[in-house]
Amino acid sequence: MSQSHNRGLVEDFGRWREFSAGMWAWVFHKFTGWVLIGYLFTHIAVLSSALSGGAAYTNTLQGLEQLAVVRVLEVGLLAVAVFHILNGIRLLFVDLGVGLDLDTQEKSFYASLILTGIIVVASVPVFLEGL
Amino acid sequence: MSTQTPDTDETDPQAERMARKEERAAERDEASSKPDVGDDAITLKVFRYDPEVADKQEPRFDTFHVPREPGITVLDALIYARDTYDSSLTFRHSCRQAVCGSDALFINGSQRLGCQTQVADLNDSDTVRVEPLPHREVVKDLVVDMDHFYDQMDAVEPYFSPTEEPDGEQLQSRENREKIKMSTRCIWCGACMSSCNVAAGDNQYLGPAAINKAYRFYFDEREDDERQEERLQIIEQEHGVWRCQTQFSCTTVCPKDIPLTEHIQELKREAVKSNLKFW
Repeated sequence: MSQSHNRGLVEDFGRWREFSAGMWAWVFHKFTGWVLIGYLFTHIAVLSSALSGGAAYTNTLQGLEQLAVVRVLEVGLLAVAVFHILNGIRLLFVDLGVGLDLDTQEKSFYASLILTGIIVVASVPVFLEGL
Repeated sequence: MSTQTPDTDETDPQAERMARKEERAAERDEASSKPDVGDDAITLKVFRYDPEVADKQEPRFDTFHVPREPGITVLDALIYARDTYDSSLTFRHSCRQAVCGSDALFINGSQRLGCQTQVADLNDSDTVRVEPLPHREVVKDLVVDMDHFYDQMDAVEPYFSPTEEPDGEQLQSRENREKIKMSTRCIWCGACMSSCNVAAGDNQYLGPAAINKAYRFYFDEREDDERQEERLQIIEQEHGVWRCQTQFSCTTVCPKDIPLTEHIQELKREAVKSNLKFW
């Protein structure tokens, strides 16, 4: 019995259909967190155009806002940020020992998802205005 | 020399035995291909691996047809398959009543006890897929190497050990017993550890079961403050409670319904409180 078989980690993400709510919450939270970090870099790049004067900054922003893809990405950014905030609040409660039973933690995750959806849909007219 | 075997016997006994063996093998093959298990049979797909058998060195799934009985559990089905079709099918089991913790398996995509899981209760009660616990080395078929799990359990010193020898009987208050009640239910099956994504990626992480064990003794009022402090040191180390990312996987799969995440979170708060304490 010197030999054994390692089934590895592949099975984890290959089984995403069987993920429980808590697992999805974790996956989304990680994903949105990384997206927000990535966004920070582009954010700094855009802001630093102000180094070459106010006009350059205004031009950059106006130029970007004219692009439909930027507007759509902004909606996506809002979705990501809102979910990260709401689920972050959920995790805060989890850390404080509130709503830790399986049922409550599932419902609070679904609530943050639904709330994110509502906020994002409601914001679409604002973001896409005047395109 | 032999008086038992008449010399007149012309057939070779070895050949005769082989013929009988082949006959039995044929019967077995027939039984497994056309089993008399009724129309409503359960299809049992079982993970097979055996480093000592040539065609099982590469893991595969074997299919068995098991008659559906009212209340049949996954363990019952496995026992039926082993006794009826293939005696080499290997899995651990003992008490059959969710107490010994030896038959934690990966059943239809979730860690469950074979003896506690009725086929009828599964989301797909026609096809039951049984695999060894994920994130453990497979030794043979459904048997996994539990050494690492036991090492993690031992790391939290899972035994009652007051600093001073007590004079007489050490009584515990009802409230305190109530507090640690759920944490005492652990049967060391390893389902939680196997379900934990963090434990899968961090071999040093104590894991839900060990932390739950630590919880059981940390909150036991019969151990003194000094001992409690020692226990906290183990719990709040880098690969202790802080590795938990509250995925709730362990709590979801625990066959004894221990609120593992809750216990881990409570120990995190204890660790913070003890570090913030400046008086």
